[in-house]
Amino acid sequence: MALDYLRKIPWFRQAEIVAPDDIEAASLRSDRFRLEREVDWQRLERIVTALEKGRPKRITDDDLLDLPVLYRKAASSLAVARETSLDAAAIAYLDALVRRAWFQIYGPRETLTGWLRGFLGGGWSRAVRAIWLDICIALFFMVAGTVVGWLLVSREPDWFYALVPGAMSGGREPGADPEVLRQSLEPTANADGLSIFATYLFSNNTGVAILAFALGFAFGIPTLLLLISNMTLLGALLFVFAEAGLGYEFVAWLSVHGTTELGAILLAGAAGIHVGRSMAFPGQRSVLAAAQGAGVRAAQVMAGATIMLVVAGLLEGFVRQLVGEPSARLAIGGAMLAFWCLYFAGMRRRQDRAV
Amino acid sequence: MTKLQTAISTANARRERELITPEGLALPLRIASRGSRALALLLDLFFLFVGFVVFFTMLGFIGLNINLIGGNTQSPALELVGIVFILALFFSRYGYFLWFELGARGATPGKRLLGMRVAARGGQRLTTEMVIARNLMRDVEVFIPAFFLMGNGFDAGLSGAAAFVWLAVFVLFPFCNRDALRAGDLVAGTFVVEAPRAKLQDAMSLAPDHSQTYRFGEAELSVYGEHELQVLESVLRNGDEAAMHEVAQAICRKIGWDMGRGDEREFLTSFYAALRAHLESGMRFGKRKKDKFS
Repeated sequence: MALDYLRKIPWFRQAEIVAPDDIEAASLRSDRFRLEREVDWQRLERIVTALEKGRPKRITDDDLLDLPVLYRKAASSLAVARETSLDAAAIAYLDALVRRAWFQIYGPRETLTGWLRGFLGGGWSRAVRAIWLDICIALFFMVAGTVVGWLLVSREPDWFYALVPGAMSGGREPGADPEVLRQSLEPTANADGLSIFATYLFSNNTGVAILAFALGFAFGIPTLLLLISNMTLLGALLFVFAEAGLGYEFVAWLSVHGTTELGAILLAGAAGIHVGRSMAFPGQRSVLAAAQGAGVRAAQVMAGATIMLVVAGLLEGFVRQLVGEPSARLAIGGAMLAFWCLYFAGMRRRQDRAV
Repeated sequence: MTKLQTAISTANARRERELITPEGLALPLRIASRGSRALALLLDLFFLFVGFVVFFTMLGFIGLNINLIGGNTQSPALELVGIVFILALFFSRYGYFLWFELGARGATPGKRLLGMRVAARGGQRLTTEMVIARNLMRDVEVFIPAFFLMGNGFDAGLSGAAAFVWLAVFVLFPFCNRDALRAGDLVAGTFVVEAPRAKLQDAMSLAPDHSQTYRFGEAELSVYGEHELQVLESVLRNGDEAAMHEVAQAICRKIGWDMGRGDEREFLTSFYAALRAHLESGMRFGKRKKDKFS
């Protein structure tokens, strides 16, 4: 092997661990105990260091095969040393060594790509199915927010200015010229600058989604408020376009990325509510245990929401600006919605059945 | 002095936890202190900051101006730089901590420098989901309060004050529980523990045997306990002449010996070996002597 060849060059050669030759010279029984075993400890330390550095290839086959034995030997040495030896330095060393080895041996088993494969191949959709109740709650509040936004602006147009920040409306306001509104839905002529726009949208929306999740910690209430306030804005805009007779076009324009993006925000909000709800109503478990179980499940949903937002950013930045026909836009949006629904409902991990 | 020492040792004792490995061995763990965790966070933010400075300097070298990025870009190269910039901001906010804590060391560079790592509470395996959960929460705990302060959030009147109180809850959360958990740790089921590395020191009794020169009897050896033995060990390992002289004098006073100058190391080494042999033989019979008072 190439590695064996490299070891012949002094630079690449690993320092040999030599056994102390004067074990009998030690006057203390506990020191002899330690000297007899320290070669094994140092071998274990070398393996653990290689693992910590993320270079498992440096470990020789012999070392790897002996790893479980070396670990148990060190652990039992520690147990014995605690009861028979007063060598504080050696006990501190063994403590640190066994702890480091424990973290490596009982550490995360999978690589990031392995995790991602399991995640896309079933872990994500299972987590989403597990929080269905919270998704229903979040959906209810999102719809309610939209309706409230619509009703408020239809009763009193001044509400629009309170709901929609000035910079965002860009001329889209109650009583605006329908032609101006129609212009704002038109695709742009070319794709220049769109990729930067898509990237910006992605990072911005992900921030909002993460906020929706993180705020769920306070029993979910801030998450609900965030969802409602974002959706009243949508309701207000929807009313403005519907009033100008452009309701269908607006929905089509929005649906291209909206089905994916609102889906991601729905999931993020539901994840936040899930954590908040578990902490408010932990049931038989302690609050800590309930929060942890919910947090880990919600984290999977959130990681998936980020992926959805990448897709939404691409759709929003490119597809929506390039496809102009409302029916085509609706078809794309509907297809995305159908895809996500099918994925979450149908994707099952193979191991699920096996276990 | 002694009051301070007891205060420190009780504070340390309060941070001790025990982890039972599958082998049935109790591994002591110590919860990382809140101060060192705050320092680790500052270090990480500093590393990110340095990273961005380097990034912009390199942009400057290839003749690009920051102002151009935000503006209306036409050339594809500038557009690419803009995308890279936005993504870099995004990943430094969400990806940096995630990436490093998912590694084998379970620690960001800041944590690693200060000898800490993330671990699952209760001796479970640390999973990817846990690390994701604890780092998503970091956003409301670190970045939003930071932006809030930088954006002069206090000026906004009543709602600003409310937001301040709200965010203060997250920032002060670690001070309200025994394990110094921040909100993210609570949700993810993790905690941050000290993970020091220790080097194997030389065995103490390999030094030339002086047990014939100095003979200590039962009465002399039963004066001290394990605590004193460990102090003596650290004095011997440090090898400071003045300290050794002082300790040797103190021991001689205690056991009623009288010794001349210049032979402290030999005296202390053999006293250490004799005392340790004495205490360890006691241990084998189940008798432990914690310190000189017991």
